[in-house]
Amino acid sequence: MHKASLLRDVIVGIIVVIAAVLLNMAIGTPMLRDLALRLCSLGLFAVSLNLLVGYTGLLSFGQATFYGAGAYMFTLLMQKSGLGIPSAFGLTLIGVSLLAVVVGTICVRLTGVYFTFLTLAIQMMFYSMLIAWSSFTGGEQGLTGGLPKPPFLGIDLTNPTHFYIFSVSVFVVSLVILRRIVASPFGASLRMIRDNADRALFLGVPVQRYKLFAFVVSSLFATVAGILTSLFVSGAFPNFAYWLTSGDGLFMIMLGGASNFFGPVLGAIVLIVLDNLINVHIKHHGLVLGVVILFVVLGMRKGILDYLAEIFASYSERSATRRSQP
Amino acid sequence: MDIEALGQCLSSASCLVTQGMTGMIAGLLLFLVASGLTLIFGVLGFVNFVHGSFYMIGAYFAYSAFQATDSYVAAVVAGTLGVGLLAVVFERFFATRVYDKDHMLQILLCYAFILIFDDLVEVIWGNDFISMGVPQQFVRDPYIILGGVIPPLYVYLIGISLLFALALSLLMWKTKLGKTIRAAAQNRDMVSALGINTTLLFTLVFALGAILAGASGALAAPVRSLTPGMGFDILIESFIVTVIGGMGSIVGGLVASLLIGMVRSFGGIGFPLFTEGLIFMMTATVLLLRPNGLFARRAD
Repeated sequence: MHKASLLRDVIVGIIVVIAAVLLNMAIGTPMLRDLALRLCSLGLFAVSLNLLVGYTGLLSFGQATFYGAGAYMFTLLMQKSGLGIPSAFGLTLIGVSLLAVVVGTICVRLTGVYFTFLTLAIQMMFYSMLIAWSSFTGGEQGLTGGLPKPPFLGIDLTNPTHFYIFSVSVFVVSLVILRRIVASPFGASLRMIRDNADRALFLGVPVQRYKLFAFVVSSLFATVAGILTSLFVSGAFPNFAYWLTSGDGLFMIMLGGASNFFGPVLGAIVLIVLDNLINVHIKHHGLVLGVVILFVVLGMRKGILDYLAEIFASYSERSATRRSQP
Repeated sequence: MDIEALGQCLSSASCLVTQGMTGMIAGLLLFLVASGLTLIFGVLGFVNFVHGSFYMIGAYFAYSAFQATDSYVAAVVAGTLGVGLLAVVFERFFATRVYDKDHMLQILLCYAFILIFDDLVEVIWGNDFISMGVPQQFVRDPYIILGGVIPPLYVYLIGISLLFALALSLLMWKTKLGKTIRAAAQNRDMVSALGINTTLLFTLVFALGAILAGASGALAAPVRSLTPGMGFDILIESFIVTVIGGMGSIVGGLVASLLIGMVRSFGGIGFPLFTEGLIFMMTATVLLLRPNGLFARRAD
C-alpha cells in the first residue's frame, strides 16, 4: 500500500464529502437528499458486490442476504435493546460477518454457475426464513414500528442534514477502504484468481482462503449498505433479501462497468434515475427495466465506463502511434 | 415444527399413500422441467434462467386455452406448442447472441426476460392468483388405495409425466437425432465439421427443453394456482435437481426430483414453515459430500 495513494484517496474522499455538503446547502431539497441517500446505500451495495464479481470473478447472486441481514439485525438491535447507534452498528457488522464466514465457506468450494446458484439458493432460504419467522421478523410486513435514533457524539440522525452528512461520510469512507483493498497486493491476487485460478494456485496464492476473504469483505460492506437503508426507511423489510435486490446489484455493475472501480456507482445513479422516472409515469416497472437491461446486454455488451475506457484507450493508442512515426 | 404430525403420517397407510402421491406428482412435474434445463445447459452451455418463465407461460397458455375450449387436451397442447414457438423466437433472436459469452451476460439477459415476461403476464392475465380448475373428465370418484384418497387426475398426471420421460429417453438414446445431440454436447465444433447444421440443432434442442417446461406447466395448471412470478420457485428447484442429481444424468435428475417432491410433501407436514430450509440443507449436504452431484457423469 503506497502511502501516497492512500493520502490521495483520503483527500479525494474529503473533497467529495465537502462537495456533497455544499450541494445540500445550495439545493437543500428533500428530493436531492433522498436521491443522494439512495445512492449511498445502493452504490455501496453495488461496489461491494463488484469486489466479488468484477475483481474476483465470483458471480454471486446472493449478496442481498447480507444486505437484508444487516438491515434486520440493526433494526432489531435498535428497537429491542437499548444500545446506541455506534454499538448496534458494530455488533451488526460482527454478527453478519460471522454469517458471511459460514455461508462463504460453503459456497467458495464451488465454481462457476454452481457457485452462483448456491448463493442464490441460500439467499432464498434466508428470505423464506424472514417471512416464516414472523414473531421475530414481522413476516411479510417486516420490521415496522420505527427505528429509534438516539443522538451520539453530537450527531442527531433525526436531523435530515446530519443524516445526509453521516450517510455520505459512511459511503465515502467505505469506498476509500474498498479502493485500498483493491489496490493492495491482496486485490492483485484476487484479479489473478479471476483471470486464472489454477495459475494463481501454482504461484502459491491461497485461492480458497482469498476467495473467502473477498466474500466476507464484500458481505461486510453489503451489511453497511443494509444498515444505511434501514436508517433511511426506519425499518427492515423482506424485499431487502429478495433475489430482485441482488439482480439490481448485478444490473448496476453491468450498466456502469465491472472493470472500473466507480462503474457500479454510475450504474447505481442510472438505476435510481430510471426508477424515479419509471415509477412516476409507468405502472409496469419490470417491463421497462427489462427492456433497458436488454439494450445494455445486447447493445453495449459492457458497462458504460468500460465502453468509455475502451474508446479512450484506442484514441490514446492511435495518437501514440502517430507520435512515434517520424 | 410438528414432528408428531409427521410421525403420525408416516405410520398411517392412508396418509403415506396420499402424501406419497402428491410428492410423486410434484417430483415428476419437476423432473420434466429440470430435464429441459439440463438439456439446454448440457448441450448449449447456456444458463437458462428463463426456464421458470417458460413453465409459467405454459401454465397460463393452458389456462386460456381451457377457458376457450373447455378441453384439457387443447390446454396441454396450447401450453406446450405455444411455449415452443416462444422459445424458438427467444433463442434465434436473443440467446444466440450470448452463447459464447460470459455467464453473467447470459444471466442478465435472462433476468431481463424474467422481468419482461412477469410483467406481460400481469398485464394480460392480471395480478391475482387464478385457478384453472379440474377438467370435467376428471371429476369422478377418487380411487381409494390403502385408505388414501387419490384423485383420478393425479394418476393421469403421473402417467403422462412418465410417458414424457420415456419419450425423452428414447429420443436421446435410441435415435440418430439423440445421438447427434449428445455428440454436440460433448464437442460442438466436431459435430459442425461433420456437416451437421448445428445452428438448427441448437434451436431444436432449446425448443425441446422449453417444451418440457411448458408441458409441465400446462399439465400442472389444474392443480396449481397461477400467478406472475410462479416460475421462479420452479427455476430454483430445477437448478437444485441438476446440482443434486448431477449434470447429464437422467436417472440422477429423476432421483433428485422425486426426493425434492417427497421432502416438500412430507416435510410440509413436519416442518410447515421451514420446507425451503430443509430442501436447502439437503442441497448443501449433497454438494459438500459430492460436489458433482449424486450421479455425475461428467466432471464439470
